[in-house]
Amino acid sequence: MENMQNQAIRVEGLRKSYKQLHVLRGVDFEVAKGSVFALLGSNGSGKTTIVKILTTLLKHDSGNVTVNGFDVALKPDGVRQSISLTGQFAAVDEILTGRENLILIARLRHLRNARQVADDLIKRFGLTDAADRRASTYSGGMRRRLDIAMSLVGNSQLVFLDEPTTGLDPEARIEVWKIVKELASSGITVFLTTQYLEEAEQLADQIAILDKGTIIVSGTLAELKKLFPPAKVEYIEKQPTLEEIFLAIVGKNQEN
Amino acid sequence: METTQSYFFMDMSVMLGRSMRHVFRSMDTIITVTLMPIAMMLLFVYVLGGAIQTGTDNYVNYLLPGIMLIAIANSIGYTSYRLFLDMERGIFERFHSMPISRSAALWGHVLTSLVSNVISVAVIILVALVMGFRSTAGGLSWLAVAGILALFTLALTWIAAIAGLSAKSVDGAVAVAYPIHFLPLISSAFVPTASMPGPVRAFAENQPVTSIVETIRSLLSNQPVGNEIWVALAWCVGIILVAYFFAKRVYQKRV
Ligand SMILES: Nc1ncnc2c1ncn2[C@@H]1O[C@H](COP(=O)(O)OP(=O)(O)OP(=O)(O)O)[C@@H](O)[C@H]1O
Ligand SMILES: [Mg+2]
Repeated sequence: MENMQNQAIRVEGLRKSYKQLHVLRGVDFEVAKGSVFALLGSNGSGKTTIVKILTTLLKHDSGNVTVNGFDVALKPDGVRQSISLTGQFAAVDEILTGRENLILIARLRHLRNARQVADDLIKRFGLTDAADRRASTYSGGMRRRLDIAMSLVGNSQLVFLDEPTTGLDPEARIEVWKIVKELASSGITVFLTTQYLEEAEQLADQIAILDKGTIIVSGTLAELKKLFPPAKVEYIEKQPTLEEIFLAIVGKNQEN
Repeated sequence: METTQSYFFMDMSVMLGRSMRHVFRSMDTIITVTLMPIAMMLLFVYVLGGAIQTGTDNYVNYLLPGIMLIAIANSIGYTSYRLFLDMERGIFERFHSMPISRSAALWGHVLTSLVSNVISVAVIILVALVMGFRSTAGGLSWLAVAGILALFTLALTWIAAIAGLSAKSVDGAVAVAYPIHFLPLISSAFVPTASMPGPVRAFAENQPVTSIVETIRSLLSNQPVGNEIWVALAWCVGIILVAYFFAKRVYQKRV
């Protein structure tokens, strides 16, 4: 019982097939409240399928799935009250401005001070200059930031981010990482999926690797590192690169 | 459960406000649903009207019911287009992961179709008045006209919803509009069906638009509506029931 209270997400024996395609074949994991959990997996491994089941968008075939204490199959409304989702592909309304997008979500969450909430998020996400432009004119990074900002309207305690940095340039990626770290430090539970080990390393307290329908390893980064072969020192003959050759020649000439 | 239900109308009005912005910000939509029908009305009255024999002295009076239906038919492709994009871009998923009633998003689009058609038909009637349209109809007849137009809009909107929700591409979503655009053209909207050759006439007289046009025409000119109004209502209500049933099913399957 005590354990349940500390669990934001609990998944036991989760199975899901699309007709003949058995995507999830018995997935188990737990996410502690206030932690950042990274689900790592390659293309088509079923990350989005798990996110959709956890956020009540998709029905699973069997297994127990509990989010914030609500069973996703029996109490989907309870789940929806307590989570927010940023899907794999930025779901912003392109015809509306950034500000209008945020106000729209605030109204749908029945907040009284929708404008104020929108203004605050615009400032926090560095969208002040673009706030009154249509979202269709935004760059990929800005669109993602708006997308995440929309998910934070209403202060959910559990946030799902499905591949939040895929397709972003390095600079935009670091911005998203900063946002996730801020969320984590304010005590929000973050469930994110990624294809990059580096991203999981940067952000997550807990990492789980999904492969062929099951979680093949999970744990903290330190625990995972123990599973890998220990680091050893190797000597490798290194060929000079063209650049090094070029610099060597140019450098010699300048000395003369 | 209770909270999402009690906010249903509030959520739907937020959805309505959102997609009405889409309508007003799309020049293309405004041109197709308002300016084009008006241009057609001008063309038929001032260019072709002299040569058309309808048996009425005021051709604008004859033409207006058909023009209103054309405006509504033209709007239908946009409804399926907007629905398709919301589906495609994950907007519905975002809404459905939030604590709001699942059907609010769909009804928001249906309501938008109704409201935007009320606006464009009102503008068209104003222009027709300037062009010499006159009606002796009383309040009750106008109310009946409004009711039939609303039912016609709903019938087409639910057909559009099926297309928008089940399409695999934008082209597929808007393709539903093309056959619907033709219905008013092959009806008594512009000329009496008696002037048409046999097979065309048979089609024109037995498709929904003709009975709806005739009913509205009779109502606006204070003539007895006869049986035509029941045929018109049966068409509209029948289409609404069938299309609503299928649209609901597609929606539940997709979300
Ligand atoms: N609605 C669907 N119908 C049939 N198959 C599906 C459906 N959705 C997903 N799949 C298949 O299920 C598998 C898992 O898909 P999923 O989207 O969950 O993977 P993912 O890990 O999110 O991949 P990516 O990294 O590309 O986003 C894939 O093989 C995909 O083709
Ligand atoms: Mg995915």
